[in-house]
Amino acid sequence: MSNLRILVATKRVIDYAVKIRVNAAGSAVETANVKHSMNPFDEIGTEQAIQIKEALAKSKTGTAEIVVVSCGPVKSQETLRTALAMGADRAIHVDSEEELQPLAVAKLLRAVVEKEKPDMVILGKQAIDDDSNQTGQMLAGLLNWPQATFASKVELGDKSMTVTREVDGGVETVKTPLPAILTTDLRLNVPRYASLPNIMKAKKKPLAKFTVADLGVDIKPRLQTLKIVEPAKRQGGKIVESVDDLVDKLKNEAKVL
Amino acid sequence: MASLLTLAARRAPLRLGRAVTSVSSQIRNISSSPIDPSVGLTDDQKELQSLARTFADNEFAPKMQEWDEKQYFPADVLRKGAELGFGGLYTREDVGGSGLGRLDTSVIFEALSTGCVSTTAYISIHNMCTWMIDSYGSEEQRQKYLPKLTSMEHFASYCLTEPGAGSDAAGLSTTAVKKGSHYVLNGSKAFISGGGSSDVYVIMARTGGPGPKGISCFIVEKGFKGLSFGKKEDKLGWNSQETRAVIMEDCEVPVENLVGAEGQGFSIAMKGLNGGRVNIGSCSLGAAQASLDAALEHVKVRKQFNQPLSNFQNTQFKLADMATSLLSSRLMIRQAAAMLDQDHPSVASFCAMAKLHATDECFQICDDSLQLHGGYGYLKDYKVNVYLRDSRVHRILEGTNEIMRLVASRALLTE
Ligand SMILES: Cc1cc2nc3c(=O)[nH]c(=O)nc-3n(C[C@H](O)[C@H](O)[C@H](O)COP(=O)(O)OP(=O)(O)OC[C@H]3O[C@@H](n4cnc5c(N)ncnc54)[C@H](O)[C@@H]3O)c2cc1C
Ligand SMILES: Cc1cc2nc3c(=O)[nH]c(=O)nc-3n(C[C@H](O)[C@H](O)[C@H](O)COP(=O)(O)OP(=O)(O)OC[C@H]3O[C@@H](n4cnc5c(N)ncnc54)[C@H](O)[C@@H]3O)c2cc1C
Repeated sequence: MSNLRILVATKRVIDYAVKIRVNAAGSAVETANVKHSMNPFDEIGTEQAIQIKEALAKSKTGTAEIVVVSCGPVKSQETLRTALAMGADRAIHVDSEEELQPLAVAKLLRAVVEKEKPDMVILGKQAIDDDSNQTGQMLAGLLNWPQATFASKVELGDKSMTVTREVDGGVETVKTPLPAILTTDLRLNVPRYASLPNIMKAKKKPLAKFTVADLGVDIKPRLQTLKIVEPAKRQGGKIVESVDDLVDKLKNEAKVL
Repeated sequence: MASLLTLAARRAPLRLGRAVTSVSSQIRNISSSPIDPSVGLTDDQKELQSLARTFADNEFAPKMQEWDEKQYFPADVLRKGAELGFGGLYTREDVGGSGLGRLDTSVIFEALSTGCVSTTAYISIHNMCTWMIDSYGSEEQRQKYLPKLTSMEHFASYCLTEPGAGSDAAGLSTTAVKKGSHYVLNGSKAFISGGGSSDVYVIMARTGGPGPKGISCFIVEKGFKGLSFGKKEDKLGWNSQETRAVIMEDCEVPVENLVGAEGQGFSIAMKGLNGGRVNIGSCSLGAAQASLDAALEHVKVRKQFNQPLSNFQNTQFKLADMATSLLSSRLMIRQAAAMLDQDHPSVASFCAMAKLHATDECFQICDDSLQLHGGYGYLKDYKVNVYLRDSRVHRILEGTNEIMRLVASRALLTE
């Protein structure tokens, strides 16, 4: 019997479909009055934890408790409710209105791990807002735990897991003992919809709140953003007369050949 | 060049994920849009709405035109929706319903119908039948029929209209005569949505004298002796669901399938329709929202006279009028839905006026959107024509809009 506790990190980000805009000061992306939702890679992480829990229950070989955690402003609780509606058991919100860089989040997560003592921490390989792709790796470093990143397949063994990773030019299979860090890639699974009754029931699931001070973590930013600019506007297309003309333009105008 | 590609790639691969196959236009900054359908909703309602919209974007929208063209009834997709709770939105939870209110339901139908009006409208009829059995059926009827209806393993149809009794529904002539342990039904029902594909038929038939008080409500299963169906009607819209006549020739229905008491049928049918009118109005809201969104997209991209159509004041004013009537329709529908939740005594006339206003105005919005698309709006490659055709019938069924005026004027003139 394995009785696992799985911690899943979920981040509230600007919805993937929103046309993002740089704010007037050129210091950040505009987030006011913009639709937010759960980072898609974290949806995949939540789904993976639920699938592990369901598989254990089905084979009667164990149980899993799924704890979701989100660090950020109060609105992050919406994201946690979504994860609870999908099937997580309880939630932890680490409240911070300050900017949280990946190292700060990794340290906050380490503090949560020390409280919760999970067997596995699942994170997205990256968040689609700042695309840092570091938090999982930093957390593994801070905890000195093994890590399996960019997972496209996970098989649970006895106190271990075998993970297929998507790497440049192919896939790689690694086996790690638990506890360990897992980061999700896009093809790991297709997250389920939360059903209407589960959305309503999620309100009643426990949601614990901590401040950064409660966890005693230094979240001071180590990186400074100098400026944020929009990509150059796309130019209209041109119809070329001949193949020679095309090759010439690719060489001399676009300079891609 | 390279940087543009990276940017595109950054978001593009996510399209594989579940939340992300939206074919509709990109989401605008939400709270700044006057037609944002989430304005004024509670956080809970916003969540229900977001689930319904995501489901519509992923499961309905990419298929809408194909279902329309091929007249295909998407039973599997409906069952997938039922897993999320769409099969018994305002049915109690002990039989698999979602136990939501009518305003919640309106918000959900509006969101779903942005992806396919016809399919959502069928879901709304199924929900009306399920609710009627839940509210007026016996405990045995609830336990026997509702679990399979809320899961949409079985589909339901509502049978009131007859060839000779449309607007004058209380004049229906299908008879039900009690013989021992059965009622024997004779007559035919016209224009039955889901007719033929449904497993359960909620049928109004006359057990007593003329007029509304002589009507009773029955649950009739497909396969009961003496029940058959007419040909599949060829329709202007609502093509993802079948419409057929339902014919009863000495159809034997066990007495325990009488819903409520003898003579209560017309009142049950009308209670169902109050909600049905709000539901169908909600489906019109979704059609109008999607059409207006499409028009907004088109007028910014399409250039004539060396400028985008959105530069012309006629276009701008037209868009403002469309948004205004969408908003007024939504407010009326939501007020009527809230009154259903409160079981308000004047609910019938508010439902009637909301249905009248919303279905007429939203149809006009679809037509205005088509007009702003120019010749392209007339082509089946574009979606507007489907919203227009599908929402046309909302002005006719669940009581024509003239009958809505009748209901409203009676309430006005009654002392
Ligand atoms: C696609 C489709 C699906 C349907 N699905 C169902 C279903 O699932 N179940 C069901 O029971 N029915 C269903 N109906 C039937 C629908 O409810 C009727 O068509 C509607 O009630 C109108 O009845 P009718 O067609 O007989 O028109 P009529 O009653 O003949 O009306 C014709 C015209 O006369 C007007 N009129 C009639 N009486 C008056 C009056 N007193 N004052 C002023 N004007 C009046 C009407 O407003 C209308 O404009 C469906 C219809 C369609 C087209
Ligand atoms: C079924 C069909 C058959 C056709 N047959 C023929 C044919 O046989 N021969 C032929 O030559 N053409 C034909 N047409 C083309 C038809 O004449 C055009 O569709 C029509 O002139 C509109 O042009 P458009 O579609 O490019 O729309 P657009 O010009 O893009 O117009 C889109 C919208 O913008 C509005 N608009 C445009 N400019 C202004 C302005 N300055 N101020 C305010 N509003 C403006 C329009 O009124 C319209 O609502 C056909 C079209 C269809 C759909």
